[in-house]
Amino acid sequence: MTRARLTPAVLATALLVLVASIVVSTLLGAAGLGWTRVIREIVAQLTGGVSPLSEREAAIVWQVRFPRVLLAGLVGAALAVSGAAYQGVFRNPLADPYLLGAAAGAGMAATLVVVTAPSAAGWIIGPLPLAAFAGALGGVGLTWVLGRSAGGGTAILLLSGIAVAAFLTSIQTFAQQLNTDTIKQVYTWMLGGLNTSGWHEVLLTLPYITVSAIVLCLCGRLLDVLAVGDEEAASLGIRPGRVRVIVLLAASLATAAAVAVSGLIGFVGIVVPHVVRLLAGSSYRVVVPLSLVGGAVFLIVADQVARTIVAPAELPIGVITAFTGAPFFLLVLRMNRERVR
Amino acid sequence: MTPQTPRRARRLALALVGALAIAGCATRAPEPAPAPAADTFPVTVTAPDGKPLTLERKPERIVSLSASATETLFAIGAGKQVVAVDEQSNYPPEAPKTTLSGLTPNVEAIAGHTPNLVIASGDAGDMVAGLGKLGIPVLILPAAKNLDDVYAQFELVGKATGNAAQGADLARRTKEDIAKIVHDTPKTDTPRSYYHELDTDLYSVTSKTFIGKVYGLFGMTNIADAADTDASGYPKLSAEYVIKANPTLIFLGDTKCCGQTAETVALRPGWNTIDAVTKNRVVALDDDLASRWGPRIVDLVRAVADALK
Repeated sequence: MTRARLTPAVLATALLVLVASIVVSTLLGAAGLGWTRVIREIVAQLTGGVSPLSEREAAIVWQVRFPRVLLAGLVGAALAVSGAAYQGVFRNPLADPYLLGAAAGAGMAATLVVVTAPSAAGWIIGPLPLAAFAGALGGVGLTWVLGRSAGGGTAILLLSGIAVAAFLTSIQTFAQQLNTDTIKQVYTWMLGGLNTSGWHEVLLTLPYITVSAIVLCLCGRLLDVLAVGDEEAASLGIRPGRVRVIVLLAASLATAAAVAVSGLIGFVGIVVPHVVRLLAGSSYRVVVPLSLVGGAVFLIVADQVARTIVAPAELPIGVITAFTGAPFFLLVLRMNRERVR
Repeated sequence: MTPQTPRRARRLALALVGALAIAGCATRAPEPAPAPAADTFPVTVTAPDGKPLTLERKPERIVSLSASATETLFAIGAGKQVVAVDEQSNYPPEAPKTTLSGLTPNVEAIAGHTPNLVIASGDAGDMVAGLGKLGIPVLILPAAKNLDDVYAQFELVGKATGNAAQGADLARRTKEDIAKIVHDTPKTDTPRSYYHELDTDLYSVTSKTFIGKVYGLFGMTNIADAADTDASGYPKLSAEYVIKANPTLIFLGDTKCCGQTAETVALRPGWNTIDAVTKNRVVALDDDLASRWGPRIVDLVRAVADALK
């Protein structure tokens, strides 16, 4: 294992890319405001000058586009950092919120809330994120228990995750079929997207994702120790079971917060940590924080493509992440041939 | 099929033309349906897909798996013949609603109602072949593309169920009602644009769709037209594009499914700058009215007209 450290230069570069992606995404959008005019609007906001944008156009930039870019960043960061954390906990390069049943659990629980108490769901706030969190935790927990009882190991864990995800998804589909009046609402949410989100969603997810991200970054060193082996960890005074529970809780909370506002957006959690590993080494002290930044950049760019490639129409963002993620997943599978077998 | 069928069909067609001609110029008080000859069976009708469908006798046990068809059946007085309708058919209230599904039809469950005619909006899961093996005729009435399709389906359902005169009459009345509503709606010189919302993910319709044609009656322009890059007729719009397009009117077709109202729209980020929102021109439609091509299409046209007054 490479003992890479998070050097200031690497961190600065990552943050620079992040800021650049936020700025570029804020300049370009389906409304076709003209990026030079948006720059002048931003300058006017900062210096108190005169903006070329009308009130409506300014609302597009500050009420719609900018918060959406930030939310894409938050959701991407949450999914990627959870992916990295799951990979550390399960010592499994292919783990991510989707393969381990976390997203399916969150989706099922959120669907059950929507169909049983559509008014209580009220969208975003209230019982929805809570249910999603419980569902995410339940999904991962079930996968873990089943995987261990079947003998453990990478392949068995993955297969358990697939079975659990399929099972939970089937419950969700059944609930939807019984409640066709709310089916549209659920489907919209399932496909994933950030289209009608604003500051409300940003402020709502920010605390959950911040707390999870801090916990996970602090656990990076512990994950490195776990990667060596549970006995090694115990000999160093670390309790592997407790570390796993803390990391799982934090990762599931981040996943649930992301899923609650954006629906199901796949493959971020697997693509980003692997790119980070290829670029910066496999130490979790590096992988976890860089996945956080990388996930944000990845989803900001993916959402940028989703919202502009067929503008003024829009693609579901899951199409973009799956289009880049699925081939990548196969690549990772190939690279890890020996371990998966 | 007997050798006489084509000749019978031709005779029937002639009788129908006669019936329609009489119905067409009837400006006097309505008389009871003339032309009993039109409802003699067997009858061969041409489904919208162009295929002929022969019904040996008057269908007294009809199963409807299409909410639009259910409304049509009851509007033309064929309600007594309907034994079961699918779970989406929630109008009229007296329709015998069941758990049957038109989206995922179960041939056994449908056959369990021993129908002698099944009407559906599509052939999901090869239902036609499945029911065909049991000798149950199926009439597929796909989503109408324009108002003429609607009228044709009224007449078709009438013929197939032995209510030809009522079907033709419904078509004529609907056409007249819509023409009158459109005529009575004041025209404006400034073009009015609109956005019709299908769901909270901002899927919309273009003016090429059936619903878009209804708005087209009033000469409105559709902001979704420019976004229909794949010509599906149902593009997904960006929130910022809708705001930029600044529609004069917003019509919500997602009030029942997704709880949308003028208030929820006004609360969406940035939407409070849209003219339709600031001038209280956000119109909450009944989801069902805005998605069915049945007799209540008149109510939809009226709702749109009211929004323009």
